[in-house]
Amino acid sequence: MPEPESETVAEVCFASDWPEVRRVQREIELALVPFAFPDRDQFYIKIALEEALVNAVKHGNRLDPAKHVRVRYTITALRFEAYIADEGCGFDPANVPDPCSPENLERPCGRGLLLIRKFMTTVEYHGRGNCMSMAKVRTAS
Amino acid sequence: MSTARRPRITFEDIGDVTVVKFTDKKILEEQAIQNIGDDLFKLVDELGRKKLLLDFVTVEFLSSAALGKLIRLHQRLATGGGKLILCGISKTIMEIFELTKLDKMLKIVKDEQTGLNAF
Repeated sequence: MPEPESETVAEVCFASDWPEVRRVQREIELALVPFAFPDRDQFYIKIALEEALVNAVKHGNRLDPAKHVRVRYTITALRFEAYIADEGCGFDPANVPDPCSPENLERPCGRGLLLIRKFMTTVEYHGRGNCMSMAKVRTAS
Repeated sequence: MSTARRPRITFEDIGDVTVVKFTDKKILEEQAIQNIGDDLFKLVDELGRKKLLLDFVTVEFLSSAALGKLIRLHQRLATGGGKLILCGISKTIMEIFELTKLDKMLKIVKDEQTGLNAF
């Protein structure tokens, strides 16, 4: 495990296309490796990151390759944080229908935000809703 | 001209049940999920399969977009008098189904043999 004081901080800006999403995900996954988070934490981070990046590209930037997503991430031995901003109109997360309610259960979409919220320790939206920050505190072993 | 691509699933007919396995460990990428969906729906729409057993034993990651495909597949089969059962789901992936309450909507069993017996 890295020394307690070691930290990785990086920022990346990418165009709204799927190969770029994959590239950034791989970059962050590689950056996580030295910190040896427990397997379950890594799973949660990977899924939440996937959902957040897909939301930014698909729903925020509407897959417009002229629009970009900015990701700033910080990793320490105790915590993973990511700030993700798209160039879209934003949204109010409070207005997103609950995908677990009986009337929505058979809808094929709308679960990404739920997974982010459940898997991360904290999630916040900023600005007009086109920016979000999420953090996962390392689970004590 | 169609664009060739590698299949995202493999399948085997055991009696009247089609057992499907996934070639990807990570069902995350939008394009891959679209292709998986296309391959699964072909089984139903073009090849007329009515009993599908999806074996997730090789799957390590699953995104919400993949859940959407499963829901649509479940609906398509139900409409046509068919049935969908899932099996081989790991504890971590199962957490995704439980959090989204899809474990209540979709039939999920432990393994392939249990799935075959459940039709």
